[in-house]
Amino acid sequence: MPEIESFTVNFGPQHPAAHGVLRLVLEMEGEVIHKADPHVGLLHRATEKLAETKPYNQSIGYMDRLDYVSMMCNEHGYVLAIEKLLGIKPPIRAQYIRVMFDEITRILNHLMWLGAHAMDIGAMTVFLYCFREREDLMDVYEAVSGTRMHATYYRPGGVYRDLPDKMPQYEPSPYRSAKELEELNEARSGSVLDFIEHFADRFPARIDEYETLLTDNRIWKQRTVNIGVVSPERAMQLGFSGPMLRGSGVVWDLRKHQPYEVYDQLDFDIPVGKNGDCYDRYLVRVEELRQSTRIIKQCVEWLKKNPGPVMIDDRKIAPPRRIEMKDDMESLIHHFKLFTEGYSVPEGEVYAAVEAPKGEFGVYLISDGANKPYRVKVRAPGFPHLAAMNEMVKGHMLADVVAVIGTQDIVFGEIDR
Amino acid sequence: MRTEQLSPRLAALAEAVERTLAGRVERLSPWLNAGQLAYEVEAEHLLDVCRTLRDDEALRFEMLIDLAGVDYLVYGRDEWQTESATGTGFSRGVFRDRYVFPAEQDDHDTTRYRPKHRFAVVYQLLSITHNWRVRLRTFCKDDAHPILDSVTGIWSSADWYEREAFDLFGILFRGHPDLRRILTDYGFIGHPFRKDFPVSGHVEMRYDPEKGRVVYEPVSIEPRTVVPKVIRDDHRYEPELKDSSDA
Repeated sequence: MPEIESFTVNFGPQHPAAHGVLRLVLEMEGEVIHKADPHVGLLHRATEKLAETKPYNQSIGYMDRLDYVSMMCNEHGYVLAIEKLLGIKPPIRAQYIRVMFDEITRILNHLMWLGAHAMDIGAMTVFLYCFREREDLMDVYEAVSGTRMHATYYRPGGVYRDLPDKMPQYEPSPYRSAKELEELNEARSGSVLDFIEHFADRFPARIDEYETLLTDNRIWKQRTVNIGVVSPERAMQLGFSGPMLRGSGVVWDLRKHQPYEVYDQLDFDIPVGKNGDCYDRYLVRVEELRQSTRIIKQCVEWLKKNPGPVMIDDRKIAPPRRIEMKDDMESLIHHFKLFTEGYSVPEGEVYAAVEAPKGEFGVYLISDGANKPYRVKVRAPGFPHLAAMNEMVKGHMLADVVAVIGTQDIVFGEIDR
Repeated sequence: MRTEQLSPRLAALAEAVERTLAGRVERLSPWLNAGQLAYEVEAEHLLDVCRTLRDDEALRFEMLIDLAGVDYLVYGRDEWQTESATGTGFSRGVFRDRYVFPAEQDDHDTTRYRPKHRFAVVYQLLSITHNWRVRLRTFCKDDAHPILDSVTGIWSSADWYEREAFDLFGILFRGHPDLRRILTDYGFIGHPFRKDFPVSGHVEMRYDPEKGRVVYEPVSIEPRTVVPKVIRDDHRYEPELKDSSDA
């Protein structure tokens, strides 16, 4: 009888299930994993160092590129830190807009996660379904900021601009019949808020569609139930946050426990898992999709009724309006200084955290009183999650590594930074 | 405006921390921490303090949320010399090579924060039981060979965070089980987040068709300051003048 010897397998960095550039060195005995050693840093761009060399506002765009599937939540963490150091608060309408876009971002992220996770484990259709809805939300991103992904929409003191009154429509094209065009533009006849409301109305039925494909699916359950179990004590020791922590049964959500912006005025629930396995984390995230839709509906309702400013009225931080600059010397000077030198942030340090889709996204900011940050440290939620990879896959089979990578919702933009 | 006072909840926490850890921690000004609770800990008390913060019933900081290395080399110094600006073009007045540690610099302004040493490590702690946060800062005593005790035995999440601080700042952690580089390339030389390490790095890489392999060469680009760092004293943010601005 042949003797089974232990050997080492190199997984990635180019592997479709590695979610980017993860290199895993696996020590195996047969098909059982003894030790997993993730090698990260292949996407390291030194975002934090680059931020030290630029005025504050110029780094907002870098934050989009950290966790590149939950863009606006990253901006939110960074902008919140600056606002705390400056001691300012954005107008209430801007706070509602931010909350609404945080939740849109959460749906974007969870759809990407659900599609990729399901495809890794063998369900092709879910991926296509998820991307159908993602497309609508990216159109909303584009309508407010001009770009589908890297929005740079949040600014210290508010958001870049108010929501447009008109949702962009599809143009006639030789490849599309008039009837198709009409169907595509049906939800786009009103404002952006109308479009988001329409989306929030039809989205719960779409979540049911995903669930029909997965929740009671025998193969899905075989691949996820009792895989990568983490106890609540270990989850806290390992620095887990977000759905990874809630999946283990710890009731903790920054939106509820340390509310920022207007989360304390909104009505939503926090789903929590029981067993701390991949299946529970799946259920938690799917329920979060439903809760996010609830929050979006409340925000749309409020925003429709309450017009107002979306940017702080402080010319030392926010640029003046174009029309003011035409005949006001002081506005012109403010504009020039803001876009060349930027604003100086008073000396001090702060840690600001938001509940990003993947967990706690925090920014630790040190200012020495200059127009550039002295040190920016980004607390990426995925970093401690991936660090726990060894503990989560030990004793599992090789195929389960893919399930664990999927359940951790790994994105290398934020881990490597 | 930024607050000078701790909130009542944080004040209660501060009282509990200072009761349990009297003499081992030094509270930092709430003004400089935007109302958040922060302490400075001497390196020799670090493990002791961390263990108490985690295990004490009234504190229960069961999570290490983040760990950041900081290099205070050029803290509080701008790179813009207005007096002798020459008008020789865009880079006039910009100077970068002032790598003297602030302690040796004469500084008339005494209200500024004065770091004691060059390297520090900052710990962000979170208690889920009591729902509060605290920040700890520990300076490394030796600027040339920064070293601290590892907290991996107290919080498992410290493992990768300490590897990162070692990789980027060259801070060593005594007792860390596996202190390897984590973010930089295999075989990388230097610690890129130190303030005396240029943004453009020291080497660049290209494929050499003659040798048939990748070669490393000194960088061909020069570091360039697009926007110089300027420190403006804005009276609106002075704590003692704060009240007058409300009038």
